[in-house]
Amino acid sequence: MTARRLAHGGIIERSRPLSFRFDGMDLSGFAGDTVASALMANDVALVGRSFKLHRPRGFFGAGHEDGVMVSRLSPRAATNQLATVTPLEKDATYVSVSTWPNARHDIGAAAQWFSRLLPAGFYYKTFMLPNWHLFEPFIRGAAGLGRVPDPAWEPVSESRFGDCDVLVVGAGPAGLGAALTAARSGASVMLVDDGEAPGGRLVLDGLDDGGWASRTVAELETLPYVRLLRRATVWGYHEHNLLTVIERRPVDAPDLDLRNWKIRARQVVIAAGAHERPIPFVDGDRPGVMLASAARSFLHRHGVLAGEHAVLFANNDSARGAALDLAGAGAAVTLVDIRPDPGGMAAAALAQSGVTLIAGGCVLRAVGAKRVEAVEMRHADGRLATLPCDLVAVSGGWNPAFHLASQTREAKSVWHHELATFVASHGEGRFRLAGAARGVFEAGACARDGMEAGQAVLRAIGRKAPAIDLPGPDDPFAARSVAPLWFVPPRRRRDKVFVDLSGDVTTADLELALREGYDSIELVKRYTTAGMGVDQGKSGNVNVIGIVGALTGQATELVGTTTFRPPFVPVEFGAIAGARHKARLYPWRHTPLADWHLARGAVMYEAGLRWQRPGFYPLPGEDGAAAAGREARAVRNGVGVYDGTPLGKFQLKGPDVGKLLDLVYISDFGKVAVGRGKYGVMMSDDGLIMDDGVAFRLAEDRWLLHSSTGAADRVHAHLEQIVQVHRPDWQVSVIPVTTQWANATLCGPCARDVLVALKPDFDASRTALPFMGMAEGHLGAIPVRVFRVSWTGELSFELNTPARHAAALWEMVMAAGAPFGITPVGSEANHILRVEAGYISTGHEVDGTADPHDLGLGALVSATKPDFLGKRAMAMRRQRDPVRFELVGLLPSDPERFLPEGAPLTPGGDKVDQEGFVSACVRSVTLDRVIALGLLRAGRSRIGETVHARIRNDIVPLRVVAPVFHDADRARVRS
Amino acid sequence: MLQISCPWCGLRPEGEFVCLGEAVPPRPDPAALTAGEWASSLANRANIRGLHAERWWHVRSCGRILTIWRDTVSHAIVPAPASMAAPKATP
Repeated sequence: MTARRLAHGGIIERSRPLSFRFDGMDLSGFAGDTVASALMANDVALVGRSFKLHRPRGFFGAGHEDGVMVSRLSPRAATNQLATVTPLEKDATYVSVSTWPNARHDIGAAAQWFSRLLPAGFYYKTFMLPNWHLFEPFIRGAAGLGRVPDPAWEPVSESRFGDCDVLVVGAGPAGLGAALTAARSGASVMLVDDGEAPGGRLVLDGLDDGGWASRTVAELETLPYVRLLRRATVWGYHEHNLLTVIERRPVDAPDLDLRNWKIRARQVVIAAGAHERPIPFVDGDRPGVMLASAARSFLHRHGVLAGEHAVLFANNDSARGAALDLAGAGAAVTLVDIRPDPGGMAAAALAQSGVTLIAGGCVLRAVGAKRVEAVEMRHADGRLATLPCDLVAVSGGWNPAFHLASQTREAKSVWHHELATFVASHGEGRFRLAGAARGVFEAGACARDGMEAGQAVLRAIGRKAPAIDLPGPDDPFAARSVAPLWFVPPRRRRDKVFVDLSGDVTTADLELALREGYDSIELVKRYTTAGMGVDQGKSGNVNVIGIVGALTGQATELVGTTTFRPPFVPVEFGAIAGARHKARLYPWRHTPLADWHLARGAVMYEAGLRWQRPGFYPLPGEDGAAAAGREARAVRNGVGVYDGTPLGKFQLKGPDVGKLLDLVYISDFGKVAVGRGKYGVMMSDDGLIMDDGVAFRLAEDRWLLHSSTGAADRVHAHLEQIVQVHRPDWQVSVIPVTTQWANATLCGPCARDVLVALKPDFDASRTALPFMGMAEGHLGAIPVRVFRVSWTGELSFELNTPARHAAALWEMVMAAGAPFGITPVGSEANHILRVEAGYISTGHEVDGTADPHDLGLGALVSATKPDFLGKRAMAMRRQRDPVRFELVGLLPSDPERFLPEGAPLTPGGDKVDQEGFVSACVRSVTLDRVIALGLLRAGRSRIGETVHARIRNDIVPLRVVAPVFHDADRARVRS
Repeated sequence: MLQISCPWCGLRPEGEFVCLGEAVPPRPDPAALTAGEWASSLANRANIRGLHAERWWHVRSCGRILTIWRDTVSHAIVPAPASMAAPKATP
């Protein structure tokens, strides 16, 4: 046994043991453990395999600077859980990710044999011949992290808003100082801390603060306007002081896996601490090699001693605190410090605790594969030695965690020479940095720094800033100065020095990138993927920057940092979504007739903008094609009725509506009589059709404008911008009434018979209600407004009623139509009918590239209006490109051959640029064969020609005909 | 997520609005421009890196269209600078 749980110590609950499984092993831990600390307590050193090379890996950091992921199979499967921050759960089953069969024996380890073929950017160089796609599935399968769990699993997460006067990031000494200061002034405070319990380094390093942290937390917890979040990480600092926080297993709702917060704060104090970085050396990624602060954290937070024989390797004072702690817990400790002068007081303290100090020494290499067994080192005088050990704890310096400040783009990275790291310059607006995040490392000084930051933000929001008690300084080994050593050079060519563990990036990869000309730090990052893994380079990036500086001879401050972007830590999409997914995020919209349609067996389609409409109503034994054909035939031969409620409808009121319609439509609308309607084609100002519909003049100053279902929101925005921005001098009000009016549309030769049978209290004869006319009145007791419009090539009446009468109207229509064999009609049949009749549809023929002349609607373009939207652009475009794609009909030589919508038409069916495409294809009920509409270059002059559709390797000949197959003279429509 | 001050409704979150893009001047008379000028007015935008005027439609509340000055880099929303000519005709 090497790593073990100590009999005392740690802030775990030893009265609550938890059993769990990992990679098939039955183990146990305690409440308050993370998955990582529990595994370490059980001396499971090898917990995963690296991303690319599948090298054995253990825990390197104790928090977000680590990268080891596990998958939880039960309870509630979840993958890619960061083991060092995921709380241990009772009776949970965990497995390592991206290993097979497990971490100890992984078939992927074979990748290490190919490591010379897998340098940075290998996918541009190796595995290219004969075809990259032969190797791709295997390589993609070997890399990557955990498998996505069974899709039946529902995420148990919540998304929540919050707001406060002061948000404090981190509850270490600086954060507690800031939070207490702000809270004592009466400001509302949210204190967000990553750890199981607040205190930060005071807990993780086991510092004696005389109880200051506990007293502070106790006081904060009594205040009702202070909220303390544990196990919560601020992951994004967004515009206007909106910060996002991911809270794991919330203390107030332990049934939740995750809660994502969106918090608006008036001021922010960033006391996020600092991340330790290693000194990279050969094979420094072996299990058992970790950061010195991690060894300390496992010890003080979880009572786990990571090894019995420890070698510490450092270039700064903070490792001495780790050395003393490990020795005090019973390990045999050797401290290899690269600095030649140990300092008198420190050397004495170390000797007293039994720590062997080797000043001016350097660790060269870790020995051991699945676990570290020894280190090779060089003494100051050049002697080589091998030190047996089971734990190597490394400290190469500390990197202030100012990522959040940088995300605001108001802070710049500045090189701090004495600390050999980057710090952030202050943005003086809406946040302050404090404590280690600002480069202050001594605990007492951090608390004072936090207090001062709290006072500064309180002044910014006009509150009085009190002073608070501070803990006495008791942190003799804070890292005050660092002698930077970016890496220990390897002695043999094949030795690997890892600078980024998450991406398996070595110093050789950095040299390769620079050799190939990727010399800016942003390019080095992207070419090698350093800093792009799950840890986002928290402990590796500054080393990478230092190495790039050393290799290029540039000062580190000139190399600079890469850009910091959210998320600061990995965040599950399910947490951001919370309960908002599928239909809860985008609800379906149903007409008031939905129940009737479903009771009739309708198969529902989305009609646009989340509207549900019946696609067809199948009888027993019918498929969609058969049902649609039957419904269409019923309309052609008798009468049908369809639910047209989702159609966009806008009420326009005011004396200047006529001017508005004349501007937005291509035709003349000013002279439309009261009680009449006109078909309008609407163009955007760039001269292309955006929508079409019929507008009716209800009264002198009142119109009803229709749009297609899917374009209703676009048309609404279009009209509002004209009325509010471009012509505010016009008196027009635009009121969307799409959902106020339901409609049942009768269509077919017997449509008038059914209307008369409904006993209208108005004259429904042909003369009184002509084509494009309207009538208002009642059918029985139901108020209706009837528009005589048609989209089916048959006599048709659109019966509009206020939505609350829809169901009653529909029942009346079905009853009155029964003697005529009335059939409910779905959108599939509607589609057949309109294609036969040659009517255009937004989304098919109107695809955003056609103008009215292209679609054969040139006769509708006003000859007198000097200006309307799109007029000039259309003329300019047609002058530049006179040969256009034009609307035509298409008949396949094989009368039963269907063509998919969008099928390209090419000369001879060759694999060349298209000369047109199929916009709609249906089986005609009047011609009893397949027909189609399409756009074809110079189509109108090619009627009678044979063209070809190219569908993969099939060539389908088609005869070009006029784009109308039924009621070309509109006699039925006008009957 | 931005916070936008609607002159009628007060400070509201971005989700209540639809962004209508750069605040272009009211539609000019096509007859007054050359073909090149007309095409440019339809297609080209200044796309400023820094402070610019843009329109937002408060569709989920009062339905009015308003103009704000926003810095496209820092997202700070500021009062209209006295030195810059704001497009006319919109509050």
